[in-house]
Amino acid sequence: FPGLADVSISQDIPVEGEITVPVGSRSPDEDYSTLDEPVKDTIMRDLKAVGKKFVHVMYPRKSSALLRDWDLWGPLVLCVSLALMLQGGSADSKDDGGPQFAEVFVIIWFGAVVITLNSKLLGGTISFFQSLCVLGYCVMPLTVAMLVCRLVLLAGAGTVSFIIRLIVVGAMFAWSTLASTAFLADSQPPNRKALVVYPIFLFYFVISWMILTFTPQ
Amino acid sequence: VGPGRGGGGAAGSGPAGADTVSAPAQGGGSAVIDMENMDDTSGSSFEDMGEMHQRMKEEEEEEAEGEAGAGEEEDGEFLGMKGLRGQLGRQVADQMWQVGKRQASRAFSLYANIDILRPYFDVEPVQVRARLLESMIPVKMINFPQKIAGELYGPLMLVFTLVAILLHGMKTSDTIIREGTLMGTAIGTCFGYWLGVSSFMYFLAYLCNAQITMVQMLSLLGYGLFGHCITLFVTYNIHFHSLFYIFWLVVGGLSTLRMVAVLVSRTVGHTQRLILCGTLAALHMLFLLYLHFAYHKVVEGILDTLEGPNMPPFQRVARDIPVVSSAVLNTTAKAIALTL
Repeated sequence: FPGLADVSISQDIPVEGEITVPVGSRSPDEDYSTLDEPVKDTIMRDLKAVGKKFVHVMYPRKSSALLRDWDLWGPLVLCVSLALMLQGGSADSKDDGGPQFAEVFVIIWFGAVVITLNSKLLGGTISFFQSLCVLGYCVMPLTVAMLVCRLVLLAGAGTVSFIIRLIVVGAMFAWSTLASTAFLADSQPPNRKALVVYPIFLFYFVISWMILTFTPQ
Repeated sequence: VGPGRGGGGAAGSGPAGADTVSAPAQGGGSAVIDMENMDDTSGSSFEDMGEMHQRMKEEEEEEAEGEAGAGEEEDGEFLGMKGLRGQLGRQVADQMWQVGKRQASRAFSLYANIDILRPYFDVEPVQVRARLLESMIPVKMINFPQKIAGELYGPLMLVFTLVAILLHGMKTSDTIIREGTLMGTAIGTCFGYWLGVSSFMYFLAYLCNAQITMVQMLSLLGYGLFGHCITLFVTYNIHFHSLFYIFWLVVGGLSTLRMVAVLVSRTVGHTQRLILCGTLAALHMLFLLYLHFAYHKVVEGILDTLEGPNMPPFQRVARDIPVVSSAVLNTTAKAIALTL
């Protein structure tokens, strides 16, 4: 290289700069960028999503937030807490008088799956997990009813407490059914709404029955 | 060793050929394989194969033709890191992965397709209501095959309703079930009856040459449970023994008559008709009897209708189910003896 023969670089000037080439496509990195955020951010984001859905169940309006970003965290938490609260209702350790944890769990999830399959077979446009999400979140009023029942039973187990429990559970059962119907019935053809509402009614009725007949020992 | 080396030399170009192997990402089209390195199985597990496949598929979809070369070279280098050895093993694993995936997706789309059941759920609410009411009305024309709707929504909902009613009855009577759960027993009983008796009747119908399909039998028996639902719903709440017997005869009898008439209209021959209808009637009526007595406490002091004054009142406390069945048989025998 004759032209470069007279180029000289003095030894005391440090040569510095970026040696890495910037990567062109950013798209795979964007998906993985949530790995770098602090754990608190991840948890708070999920908790906020779950909390927003709880609010939607409390005031059931025809919004699509529950359906669009479905998640099963809320149903899982509700199901586990309900099953835990229904423990300890057996009369004897040998005989089985009350529902066990696994029983409640299986009833809730199996019932939700059956209702989802039924609504899909009747021509519904909702997807499997969206329906599971809605049905699970609408168990929330009944969980609140269970809490109230347990508190009432702490005070005593007479006729008055039974009437109070009956009213509370009945109201919460109606609320659950109406909330889930508000979300689910829209995805059905209009003349078949009754066919979809009836199994939902039965499902929440069975759960309410389990709550109402709970007697702690 | 000699022929092997010769073969290796022919297929590849010796040790120097190992460096000039073309990029394996081209899908196994490379004929230049160093036979020496065949038995190394590094990187040939199915999971790695699946991952590599997925990555290769994604890169194919995302990048343009021009960049595909760079992608493949990158992949080639990546595979190069695992070594150029084991390529034959990798290709075999690749092919097995493809075949396995194809088979699995075919099996899944065949069996997990709920669209198979879709035509049986194609009903309107008015139709369901009409069929519910029809199930209590026996048909008069038995010389002409009666139409049975092959629908599964109504029967399924009726079975679930029966489960709910049964649970309510068991709870209000403080049934204690050992080695089982209330919910499990209720579901098992109702679904077992519906599916089991349907299958058994279908088998008998096949023997007696009756013209009925399995779905129609399921539908017929399912709608016949409507009578059971009504009876149990009323008698679990109003504890009169005589009331139960009236309901058993009237409501149970009507729904049984309807099912029997429909079956008779589809069977030819007296003996066959007798076998089919006798079995169905017996099973249906006895099931209602069983449901009432096995899961329901008789309140003492209220029953005084069929038992005479010298008969002891029917006591029932905590019980095992086998004990209950013998008690049921005793009571039924006594009741029938008294009425006759």
